[in-house]
Amino acid sequence: MQEIERLIQLLARLPGLGPRSARRAALHLIKKPDTQMEPLARALAAAAAAIRTCSTCGAIDTTDPCAICVNPERDKSQLCIVEEVADLWAIERTGSFPGRYHVLGGRLSALDGIGPEDLNISSLVARISAEGISEVILATNLTVDGQTTAHYITERLEPTGVDVTRLAHGVPVGGELDYLDDGTLTAALRARRPL
Amino acid sequence: MDWTDQGIVLSARRHGESSVILSLLTEHHGRHAGVVRGGQSRRRRGVLQPGNLVAASWRARLEEHLGQYTVELEFGYAARVFDRADRLAALSSLCATLDECLAEREQHESLFTMTLRIIAALEQGPFAARYAEWELALLSELGFGLDLTSCAATGVVDDLVYVSPRSGQAVSKAAGEPYHDKLFRLPSFLREGGNATGRDILDGLRLTEYFLNRHVFQPQGRRLPDARERLHGLLRKAVENNRLDLDG
Repeated sequence: MQEIERLIQLLARLPGLGPRSARRAALHLIKKPDTQMEPLARALAAAAAAIRTCSTCGAIDTTDPCAICVNPERDKSQLCIVEEVADLWAIERTGSFPGRYHVLGGRLSALDGIGPEDLNISSLVARISAEGISEVILATNLTVDGQTTAHYITERLEPTGVDVTRLAHGVPVGGELDYLDDGTLTAALRARRPL
Repeated sequence: MDWTDQGIVLSARRHGESSVILSLLTEHHGRHAGVVRGGQSRRRRGVLQPGNLVAASWRARLEEHLGQYTVELEFGYAARVFDRADRLAALSSLCATLDECLAEREQHESLFTMTLRIIAALEQGPFAARYAEWELALLSELGFGLDLTSCAATGVVDDLVYVSPRSGQAVSKAAGEPYHDKLFRLPSFLREGGNATGRDILDGLRLTEYFLNRHVFQPQGRRLPDARERLHGLLRKAVENNRLDLDG
């Protein structure tokens, strides 16, 4: 019984699960030990043993450097800067970016006391000069902290002479103007372009 | 217990998986915190950016409880300064400073008005001198106002060009000259309004920074928010490169 309680406790710590849903998930696993519980346990153990943080870009993979960094088909002149690995995965899902990435591991935050030394910014500056990158695309979140981070990085990269661009801000696909907030509409109007 | 008020978003800290603890500078209830259920949702996150003006309703069973907020965006100031590094730094600095230095639930109606005015000024036009004036007013609102009306040494009211770091009072040019390296330079715009040069603005920020640290942050074992240091750094760089948008 102690093992089951321990399992429930650990499951309850996962995002989206509380004590009740953890109990339900545990019961589900217990009922299907061969098809669910053991494969899951093996997958967790294998992932825990294999997962590495890429020493070049900060992404998560089973190899170091990661598959993206060593892929010769990737455009080495473009580097996309993201806050978290989840952001990298989001851009990769689109299949529309041929370059490589750099994961900051967070964002500057006055509130949480996160400064430049807490992020992978020094390694970014080193990469720019060492890898012959010609364009840096800032894909930080459109929040006060995300944009503060983007401006800070722009400032830090100024001496390197690299082109710094950022993602466009505006009306999302399927978005109806009537339902958009005024900040998004303002950004969209400012970023308008000839048709 | 419940009330409805206007508020400026100062911070939104994550609370659990989907909620945030929102800190607002409200017009009639001072800096006031409360939980926003679902505050981490995609729709709400944009509303809860520092600097935005919201209509807030607060409700709790007892007055001393943290309580819950429901908020609606009135004006999204934050998104309007995203493109400008110095203005964004000023907005972050202002919100972080207020969040850290104001006592909770202490009324500051005039500070709310002044803060809203400076936030609105960040969207366009000169702002740096207004920011230094706002910090001076903040010191005064917190009970640590500087006396810039007469000389601490001689009592004269003209030619006041220094401020004593000890008393926070102005010092005239004649009385302060022998000690000029120990005194702060008092830029005229902080006393009489009017135009400010880049150097005036940096002197003004240095002055308010010293007294904010001494009276507000250091007694609590803290220092000014990083965002304030970043703003000072950006303005210093802009002055050095002659890129600062000056008043007048």
